[in-house]
Amino acid sequence: MLGSAVVVFRETLEAALIVAIVMGASRGVAGRGRWIAGGVVLGIAGALIVAAFAGAIAEAVQGRGQEIFNATVLLVAVAMLAWHNVWMSSHARKHVAEMRHLGHDVSVGAKPMSAMLAVTALAVLREGAETVLFLYGLIASGGTAGLLLGGILGLIGGAGIGVLLYFGLLRVPLRHFFTVTGIVVLLLAAGLASSAAGYLVQAGLLPPLIDQVWNSSGVLSSASFVGRMLHVLIGYNDRPTGIELLFYVATLVTIVSLMRIVGARATRDAREQAAKQGAPA
Amino acid sequence: MQVQQGLLSLALLVPLGAIAQTLEFSLTIKNHRFVPPELTVPAGKKLKLVIDNQDATPEEFESHALRLEKVIPGRSKGSLKLGPLKPGRYGFVGEFHESTAKGTLLAK
Repeated sequence: MLGSAVVVFRETLEAALIVAIVMGASRGVAGRGRWIAGGVVLGIAGALIVAAFAGAIAEAVQGRGQEIFNATVLLVAVAMLAWHNVWMSSHARKHVAEMRHLGHDVSVGAKPMSAMLAVTALAVLREGAETVLFLYGLIASGGTAGLLLGGILGLIGGAGIGVLLYFGLLRVPLRHFFTVTGIVVLLLAAGLASSAAGYLVQAGLLPPLIDQVWNSSGVLSSASFVGRMLHVLIGYNDRPTGIELLFYVATLVTIVSLMRIVGARATRDAREQAAKQGAPA
Repeated sequence: MQVQQGLLSLALLVPLGAIAQTLEFSLTIKNHRFVPPELTVPAGKKLKLVIDNQDATPEEFESHALRLEKVIPGRSKGSLKLGPLKPGRYGFVGEFHESTAKGTLLAK
């Protein structure tokens, strides 16, 4: 029972942490619960489909299908997170002001929320498919009720950590809130991009460049609980390859640059707007 | 023009080189155990590892030491690329049956 709880816990943890971050980053948005719940439902449906076709996916593209699929899912999620952060860099100030002024959630339009729905669905789909395969294996090999109960406990445990992260994020004062979630989303995106690079190396589609840039497994192993948490949250890797590090840094630099450019333009527009309004008076 | 030729020859050479140097090894999963439990491979070479899951249930091949993770559905084969490795021992597990599915890759 413990064994199955641990496996399901691990698989659920990554999706739960990502959902928690998405919930945090979309704070104050009217109807976000519905969007994110929709993402979870779509993700579960997708996970069932992916699990059903796991064999076909694995055999596709000369046995590289699974890696290409995982890398694609990860990179789409990275693009969505990047887009959300860039959007927030020009809207965050106004968003917080409206939240304060109205005293309730703000309607932001469907665009930023559809990106967050996609991120949620992709996270649940990827980790969910592995959970479904594992549970299928348990049932197929005549798993006992205890094993299934373990699976359910693992699921609850993983989701629980996600809930803890979300409430932890909420403790950040509103003034700094979107700066903090922006950084969290940025590091999450960079970590997912480096995982995508890892899959592409495994498929033989990218060279590792450097086999091992450093080895910090003695200090903090990627296999440990804290290591796994940090792997999801900031992309911690105890033995990264050169290409994984390159993807990480390139993603950070790209998103930060886009945020700066868009943020600076928004500030300038706001100033011009203020100058125009101020002129007649 | 020269750049184009250079790129073309690079594009042609890289895959050929990779094929020429990649050594293939196989590993079987049976009754949620790896056979052989210890696989010796040459260090410093590009490797292809073919994993044949003969069980009816899926298994997730996972190695933190090698940074590999791959689900292998029941009664099917999966392959992955790795290396060149430094000499040493690299542990791996079948994550879905971690109590029995354990193995080591020994790079010499």
